[in-house]
Amino acid sequence: MPGLSDKRILFVTGKGGVGKSTVAAALGIAAARRGQRTIVAELTGQDRVAAAFGRTDGAGHAHELQLAERLFTISVDPQHALDDYLHLKAGALGGVLSGSRTFHAFLSATPGMRELLGLGKAWELAQTERRSADGEPYDLVVVDAPATGHGIATLRTPRTFAEIAKVGPIANQGKALDATFTDPAQTAVVAVALAEEMPVNETLVLKRRLRFELGIELADVVVNALVPDRLGPRQARRVEDALALLRDGASPAVAAALQSAHSEHVRARAQREQVQRLADGLGSAPHELPYLFTPTVDRAGLELLADELEPLL
Amino acid sequence: MAVETWLEGTRVCICGGSGGVGKTTTSAAVATAMAARGLTVCVVTIDPAQRLADALGLDALGNEPARVDAAAFAAAGRPLDGELWALQLDAKRTFDDLIERLSPDERTREEILSNRIYRELSGAVAGSQEFTAIAKLHDLAASGRFDLLVLDTPPSRNALDFLDAPDRLTQFFEGRALQALLRPGNVGMRLLGRPAGMAMSVLKRLTGVDLLTDLSSFFRLLGGLLDGFRARAEQVEALLHDPGTRFLLVTSPEREPVDEAIYFHRKLKAARMGFGGAIVNRVHADQLGDEPLDGLAARIVAETGLPGGVARNVAACFADEHALALRDRENVAHLRERLGSDVPLVLVPHLDDDVHDAAGLLRIAGFLFDG
Repeated sequence: MPGLSDKRILFVTGKGGVGKSTVAAALGIAAARRGQRTIVAELTGQDRVAAAFGRTDGAGHAHELQLAERLFTISVDPQHALDDYLHLKAGALGGVLSGSRTFHAFLSATPGMRELLGLGKAWELAQTERRSADGEPYDLVVVDAPATGHGIATLRTPRTFAEIAKVGPIANQGKALDATFTDPAQTAVVAVALAEEMPVNETLVLKRRLRFELGIELADVVVNALVPDRLGPRQARRVEDALALLRDGASPAVAAALQSAHSEHVRARAQREQVQRLADGLGSAPHELPYLFTPTVDRAGLELLADELEPLL
Repeated sequence: MAVETWLEGTRVCICGGSGGVGKTTTSAAVATAMAARGLTVCVVTIDPAQRLADALGLDALGNEPARVDAAAFAAAGRPLDGELWALQLDAKRTFDDLIERLSPDERTREEILSNRIYRELSGAVAGSQEFTAIAKLHDLAASGRFDLLVLDTPPSRNALDFLDAPDRLTQFFEGRALQALLRPGNVGMRLLGRPAGMAMSVLKRLTGVDLLTDLSSFFRLLGGLLDGFRARAEQVEALLHDPGTRFLLVTSPEREPVDEAIYFHRKLKAARMGFGGAIVNRVHADQLGDEPLDGLAARIVAETGLPGGVARNVAACFADEHALALRDRENVAHLRERLGSDVPLVLVPHLDDDVHDAAGLLRIAGFLFDG
């Protein structure tokens, strides 16, 4: 089965708080390691990938910023993307429009326009012939897309615009974007979930809606933050017995340790059930990522997750 | 006591915070506890987990409050002296209802509801979900049916979207600049700094005529609803600022949600919104105290008789859990420091399982209300 690295664009989506940006960044690192010139494009305007690499100066905002060998990031700014587009499409007149406050008001009032512009930028990054004169082509664009509900709406935006506009540059742009995003040879949608009820449900709904509303098959599902079951059922029973028999004089640390080890087992078991439910709903096993027992996911953490994601590429 | 004192004199309680921090559960638990104390409470939620929705008897199709069966709470040991109601918000439908009510006549209403831009894209307007949530809240508050309303806010990328929503939606409805632009040969055209026909032709070339026509009628139609909408937005704004309205911040002890909570609190303060306090969910407690971690496995063997292999596993689990407890302690301290000493904080421990039934809600309510 061909891996994700054969594509030109990876859309990473998932419910808020599941680690979507983390997985997008880790996929980017893994692809760059394999020798692909890769850019992680954030559509959510949070500059998180650059921050994980210690770049909190906003240098990746609306500009392509190199983070490591073959690895780049950009936090897409719709306004900026628009200016690029106008200069290219309408030349001097485009310049007039892009300098006009009225025109900007028009665009920001148009529903879905921000989404279209963000996607347009992601699409442009994935072209072998870049629009901008100094733009070198990328092998892979990893898109940190908006959260699930909005993610589907976002992906549908180009088609909607193409249908409404019928003819003209926006219609053409909409059609080109839609053709790329719905072509499984070029684009893969990757869902990120946690092994909890809500994220699992949303992932299953996402799969259905992608198929029926856009004709897109979900390429991969990544379950993030799985706690290990270090005890396993047999040891867990012994720990449970030991907890019940614990004498009054036992040291608090020993009691707390038994309790926390047992809790880990319970949580891991509950997570396994959710992973199983997800696998049943998907018809295949999702890819698993371990929980990182670190204060924040920093570069070292991302590198570790990139190791784990390697097989998907 | 904690949350109960925060809510003294409160008629509307809005739970805000970033995605995935447990806002829905917290809102439901707050509503449950207040219903247990004799109030008639309605919790308005956006997207509850199915099992929680089942526990609350929520019906996604209703878009109207439904009474929650109190028997499960009585069975779980805490009968509700008041009434608990719940509503699962349907944003699209609330928006449609609003258009319906504001439309001057049947024809305008039909034209808007069938306009393709409205139908296909209005859900994508930033802030529309937030706005409809408070608009619904406003209706429920005006109905006078409830002593307390608890709102679980939409999972915005930025909790702040919520506060700006009325403003941004008004601007959007006004679409003044756009209407000006679309009337040929008027001031708007001259604003472009080029002869009108020329700018218009550029715009047409860029957008396509059909899109421009649809957009133009979209904004023309909405423009007709403007006065009604503006009055509506003002009422909603007034509700947000009402002394009986209070925000509760909900966060997890991880760094990003904590930073988001700090930011949100600053904005609430700047906007002079009523504020109750902050709830930190899923906190890992530090149970180690002053004891050292070293030699823990040996002590486990000595005190429990468990085999060395099991004891080493237990010690390893605990070491990781302890690291999380230290992380949480640090982030909570950071939150406390940045919110200021006058802001009350309640910590809810990390539980082993999801909360999805009456007993679970009462358990969370216990942490929130009884410390």
